[in-house]
Amino acid sequence: MSAVATPARQASGGINTKLVNRIVIYGLLALFALFYLMPLFVMLVTSFKTMDEIQNGNMLALPKAPTFDPWLKAWGETCVGLTCAGIKGYFWNSIKMVVPAVLISTMLGALNGYVLTKWRFRGATLVFGLMLFACFIPFQSVLLPMATILGSVGRFGVTLQNSVGTSFGLGNSTVNLVFVHVVYGIGFTTLFFRNYYEAFPTELIKAAQVDGASFFQIFRRIMLPNSMPIFVVTVIYQFTNIWNDFLFASAYAGTGDAMPMTVALNNVVNTSTGVVEYNVNMAAAMIAALPTLIVYVVAGRYFVRGLMAGAVKG
Amino acid sequence: MAFLEIDGLKKRFGNVEILKGIDVELEKGGFLVLVGPSGCGKSTLLNTIAGLEQITEGEIRVDGRAINDLHPSKRDIAMVFQSYALYPNMTVAGNISFGMEMRGVPADERQKAIDKVAKVLQIGHLLQRKPSQLSGGQRQRVAMGRALVRDPKLFLFDEPLSNLDAKLRVDMRIEIKRLHATTGTTIVYVTHDQIEAMTLATKIAVMRDGEVQQFGTPAEIYNNPANLFVADFMGSPAMNLIPATITTSGNALSVVLQREAREPITLPMANAPAGLSAFQGKPIIFGVRPEALTDPEGAERNASNIATADLHIEVVEPAGSDTFAVTNLGGKGVVARLRADANIQPGTSTPLAFNLTKAVFFDPATESRIR
Repeated sequence: MSAVATPARQASGGINTKLVNRIVIYGLLALFALFYLMPLFVMLVTSFKTMDEIQNGNMLALPKAPTFDPWLKAWGETCVGLTCAGIKGYFWNSIKMVVPAVLISTMLGALNGYVLTKWRFRGATLVFGLMLFACFIPFQSVLLPMATILGSVGRFGVTLQNSVGTSFGLGNSTVNLVFVHVVYGIGFTTLFFRNYYEAFPTELIKAAQVDGASFFQIFRRIMLPNSMPIFVVTVIYQFTNIWNDFLFASAYAGTGDAMPMTVALNNVVNTSTGVVEYNVNMAAAMIAALPTLIVYVVAGRYFVRGLMAGAVKG
Repeated sequence: MAFLEIDGLKKRFGNVEILKGIDVELEKGGFLVLVGPSGCGKSTLLNTIAGLEQITEGEIRVDGRAINDLHPSKRDIAMVFQSYALYPNMTVAGNISFGMEMRGVPADERQKAIDKVAKVLQIGHLLQRKPSQLSGGQRQRVAMGRALVRDPKLFLFDEPLSNLDAKLRVDMRIEIKRLHATTGTTIVYVTHDQIEAMTLATKIAVMRDGEVQQFGTPAEIYNNPANLFVADFMGSPAMNLIPATITTSGNALSVVLQREAREPITLPMANAPAGLSAFQGKPIIFGVRPEALTDPEGAERNASNIATADLHIEVVEPAGSDTFAVTNLGGKGVVARLRADANIQPGTSTPLAFNLTKAVFFDPATESRIR
């Protein structure tokens, strides 16, 4: 009899333990989610409040009379440093810098991955290893050398301007930032594409060769159309990194007309004159965070799929 | 002059020699099968013909023209890959016409060619689908369509049937044979399946470790294997290769086979090959195919040299069309092929007939045939 009873007792004990486990797990998850979302919530509600309400009310309370004024002010009127024309100009600065930087670094990464996996040459593994190394260089350590290089390039641009009549963009702060981000993005983009293409069937390339397609025809007609998941991953990754970059932005375009969003936001918040307009600051921060959020929402469903596709080699 | 000629072809990767001097010829309209175990170099050989791998030494000629330095697309070949290698982003029609597009064929001609091939392979209703929406057999057809549409001098098939299930494989095998018969194209075909090799080929090259072990018609390969490896590799069930010794009785040679717990069998060889007399008293390998070891009633009536011996049956395997019986000779399991309705019981002793006309002998030291 006891032999029969024992499994039953264990089974009921099992159900209880299982329930407790579930409660603990979901409880912890909910707690972490709360911690994570709290700052966002505060930012969001604050950005819709008036200054009176912020100074007198509870930080967590919902706005009594929601207003878009802080958002409009942040976009068009707030002072960045000494100019008071809102952050819209800097928003476009960022876009002008991020879009080319993301596209160029992604395309170069795809090309590198294609060559490193499908057109292997002697030393390909070493080249890839060195490119991987680029992923681990702390950006602080390259600030000064890169500044020197950009300075030389800028002087060359001035020479060109004087002799030929155009500097070809050399020395332009936006071009400089694009260049820096492309250089430091290539390591990551190459890593992503190489791992994805490693599992890409080589027979397809052979078939295309027999069909008479050239190196770039294979790349454009066979590789790229089948790279959507990793393409999206790389674009999201690069977009987020470059858009959010503050270090390079402040070092190479920290003053002047080409200042990107992140630096401008810093200048808005760090203003030392007058009352600190929390609602405007929060709205500006939300605007600064919006593009990466939109990119993720639009392309996000590929993101998880693509991360898997790149990481797990078949 | 043969249509496809491969002369002294060598391929090295660093210090490793993958192909060690291949000489093969194929007449126009022939069907050459390269067969061998994995790693024997058969796929590498096919890739060198396609131009996907460079050769180290030797020459490949098609229709009298050396092609070994040409780009794959300039060799006038078409290739069907093991994984089909259909471009996943293009429709079936796009896949078939991609090569023509690359060669700059006008759109209306491409369409005509697609329609023609689709008709031959009965894939007209699939033209607008993507490869992911096709079954294995359909993909196989599309892959063949992509090759057919080029109308090349030479077709190359790289294990095209190995990804299909057993039944479909037989169907497609017949289809390929029919295609070859109706179009009269010249084909080089790689497989590790010796049945595909036997059924499809007009010429077979059996390969091992980068060397051609034997090159000949399927019948030559099957009935006159050049060495132990070919004898063992070709045929299913495999040839029985029994350790034996040679004795003389009078002026005739006899083969002596050891039996378990009984006196040895002595088989008189009336038509022994000339080389065999040198092996008196030495160990040899006696090779007999399962169908040449059968019940006396099932033995070939017109075979000139049949010897019968009582053998202890260990296992009986009824396969439907035949019954296979396993016995033990010379310390090895030996398979006999009997009629389906042969009355045979495991654990009993049964007389079985050796068709010695078909028997072959090998030197165990060199593994080569004793002729």
